[in-house]
Amino acid sequence: MTPDLIAFFVLALIAIAAALGMLLGRNVVYSALFLVLNFGTVAVFYILLDAPFIALTQVSVYAGAIMVLFLFVIMLLGTETLPVSKALPWQRPLAFVLALILAGEAGYLLFFRKVTSGTIPQPVQTFGSPQAVGQALFNQYLLPFEVTSVLLLIAMVGAIVLTIKEKGGQGK
Amino acid sequence: MIPINYYIALSAILFTIGALGVLVRRNPLIIFMSIELMLNAANLAIVAFTRVYQILEGQIFVFFVMTVAAAEVAVGLALIVAIFRTKHSINIDEMNNLKG
Repeated sequence: MTPDLIAFFVLALIAIAAALGMLLGRNVVYSALFLVLNFGTVAVFYILLDAPFIALTQVSVYAGAIMVLFLFVIMLLGTETLPVSKALPWQRPLAFVLALILAGEAGYLLFFRKVTSGTIPQPVQTFGSPQAVGQALFNQYLLPFEVTSVLLLIAMVGAIVLTIKEKGGQGK
Repeated sequence: MIPINYYIALSAILFTIGALGVLVRRNPLIIFMSIELMLNAANLAIVAFTRVYQILEGQIFVFFVMTVAAAEVAVGLALIVAIFRTKHSINIDEMNNLKG
């Protein structure tokens, strides 16, 4: 066991435990906080994989912006816990069976058919540095980058239009 | 060094947990979080492959996925707020009519 492997397994355990906590939590606020923990661990994986730019984007966009938005909406709606519903009682066992099949298929492909192989090579200087990512982003991928800005603008306008209250009292 | 298989297996486990969350939970906020978890699992696999094959484009792609996820969350949460305003409930079992 090299230090790399030990770090990987500890982090993987935290990531999976946080994801399960998100799935099983009774209160939505706890689920959101577990998901923040999961995103944080995945950001550490990105650093281990020599992607510091993506790691910081992960922390600021996912763990920062998106999860804060989730928490705001949870507080706004005030529905932290929902009663357990009785509709579609057969759905839950079926979902577990389907999830087991999905995990089994992934495990079969990875560890018996060996569709992916190889190990993470030694780090190369400057690979994945913010400078290299920026160079590629603003030279080769400038048009997609600009299209992204339009997409974000449309999302912002759409969110405002969907939640705005109509004037004239009755409110939507 | 760490085999690539381990990263892909972790990504598959996280994706499965996300898919299970979408199927099992009845709270639309948790369903949304599960979708984010699945997107994140896919991102982890892409970054792992990027590192193995030393192709920078993978990281650019992950960056775009994150941007689209942010836009999707903004619109989706606005929809949930709008549904809550009309129905005074966000239970997914009650979202069964199109007219609202």
